[in-house]
Amino acid sequence: MKELKLDEKTYFNKISFPSFERIKKGPVAIIECIEDIPCNPCETICKFGAIKVGFPITNLPILDEEKCTGCGRCVPVCPGLAIFVLDYNFNEKDCLLTIPYEFLPLPEEDEKVKCLDRDGKFVCDGKIIKVIPPERNAMTAIISFAFPKKYYNKIRSFKR
Amino acid sequence: MKKKDLRIYKHPILGDMPEKKKIYIYFNEKKLTAYEGEMIAAVLYANGIRKLRKTERFKKPRGIFCAIGRCTDCVMTVDGIPNVRTCITPVKNGMKIEFQVGLGKWKKKIW
Amino acid sequence: MEEKDLVIIGGGPAGLCSAISARKKGIDVLIIDENLRPGGQLFKQIHRFFGSKEHMAGVRGFIIGEKLLKEVKELGVEVWLNSIAYGIFKDKIIGVIKDGKNTHIKAKSIIISTGATENPLSFPNWTLPGVMGAGACQTMINIHRVLPGKKVLMIGSGNVGLIVSYQLLQAGAEVVGIVEIMPKIGGYLVHAAKIKRFGVPIYLSTTILEGVGKDEIKGAVICPVDENFKPIIKRKKYIDVDLICIAVGLTPLNELLYQAGCLFTYKGYLGGLVALHNENMETTVENIFVAGDCSGIEEASTAMEEGKLAGIAASEKIRNKKWEEEKEEIRKHLNDFRIGTFGEKRKLSKEEIIKEYYERIKT
Repeated sequence: MKELKLDEKTYFNKISFPSFERIKKGPVAIIECIEDIPCNPCETICKFGAIKVGFPITNLPILDEEKCTGCGRCVPVCPGLAIFVLDYNFNEKDCLLTIPYEFLPLPEEDEKVKCLDRDGKFVCDGKIIKVIPPERNAMTAIISFAFPKKYYNKIRSFKR
Repeated sequence: MKKKDLRIYKHPILGDMPEKKKIYIYFNEKKLTAYEGEMIAAVLYANGIRKLRKTERFKKPRGIFCAIGRCTDCVMTVDGIPNVRTCITPVKNGMKIEFQVGLGKWKKKIW
Repeated sequence: MEEKDLVIIGGGPAGLCSAISARKKGIDVLIIDENLRPGGQLFKQIHRFFGSKEHMAGVRGFIIGEKLLKEVKELGVEVWLNSIAYGIFKDKIIGVIKDGKNTHIKAKSIIISTGATENPLSFPNWTLPGVMGAGACQTMINIHRVLPGKKVLMIGSGNVGLIVSYQLLQAGAEVVGIVEIMPKIGGYLVHAAKIKRFGVPIYLSTTILEGVGKDEIKGAVICPVDENFKPIIKRKKYIDVDLICIAVGLTPLNELLYQAGCLFTYKGYLGGLVALHNENMETTVENIFVAGDCSGIEEASTAMEEGKLAGIAASEKIRNKKWEEEKEEIRKHLNDFRIGTFGEKRKLSKEEIIKEYYERIKT
């Protein structure tokens, strides 16, 4: 049976994906929003003016990769849960991905998890580094987890 | 004895289920625990009971379909009154809920 | 008989917003709602809404519901709950069954905001317990907090199908898959991505052949379709599920509008037959207004804006005043929502409705 497939190609050339040079410099937002949805909280929340939607609000968000500090304030406000923050230089081996998470039970810091791609398929093992509890962001928890650098554009979620 | 309970006590967005007063209702003589404010059909589903009635002609089983009181698929006999929409009728302590066949039978005069 | 300036039938997002905007104009408002609590279907929307700051974007639906109820209460809007408006008669007399008793109320102006109902989909055994509307399932998990099944098959990949699938995961159920008869999904990709990354498959060009079970659902047979939507039977597949949810669109609930004598038109993009109305949301029957899903299926955010517009327009007529600027502002907000691939067709349909209103009101 034919299935909907999502991978890096789904988003390739359709989002203002940060350049690899920028990714290597440090934390940066990755916005996987490729349809003209009337929505702009990411633009409103960014205090660095790094995300531009403009008018009409169906415009796709455009990231100014130089202005973006990877602070992650845009992660919980996106109603589509489509914004992530990638820190490529978390350590020598691993990168760190920060994602919105709205499930129970919450993982614990240092917990080992299975990292999944955009289709929910297992890719590799990873480790939870930081958990911001849901109460801080209107019930959206923010989870940062680490996994090998080479999967930086493949992994988007995890299971326990 | 561990009973089947399909209530969602913990929820990532809605939080923990608020504490509510425990009451009892009867489904075909079987005593079930319910909480004040719950709808009859929700209590039955929480206990794994999804067959609420049978149709008049073909005796086909029916359960909840719309859950907002529109489709009347969930009608049952409640305290002797048939055709009560159980998805929008809250439980009361001691309430007697009966499986209904067809249009049901009036056991109690209300006028 | 009791008399009111403005009676609003249906206390969902559209009805509540029209009550608030009319009450702010000093109008005597009554909301009639058949449920035990107003808010319509807002309280089961636990996801964050799209939009911009002015439309409370990023706020979850039930939080918006709580805000609206608070405002309605503070403004002193009268609300009749457990009250079914069953008919609109001559001279805007409304028949109501209030707490099981019959009563009548006369209104100068009426806003009908009765919402919509879920479309069914028939297949063998679709009447068995364990088959329900996706919205019904959402009510069960988010309002009643009971899981109606543990292994779920979702039919339809519009936003309702995708969002309810996500909320089923949040409630602790397993979503075995979503079947979509079209070759592409109907809803937003971001909603699909949210469930895909937790491993829920979305089967395209696939339909349900039958539900399986004697007394209740125990499984389902799904099957790919060819380009003419004909099932390719030899590739059918049985899957183990105990709940089948149907998410194949909504139809406006417009019986009262019909009974009141409003003229209708058919608009496929808006869910079917809808009452003709002008740019003030007034129908072809003077002083009867319409707002929200019953005037064409859209989103809660547009329903709220339409409600505000109808509330102000009804107040204008009652007070014999003009608040054109405020209305223009709301129309601008509505147009903000009706752009892009998803909104453009609804915008065109709405424009056609207004055009047809003026053509037919003359005759």
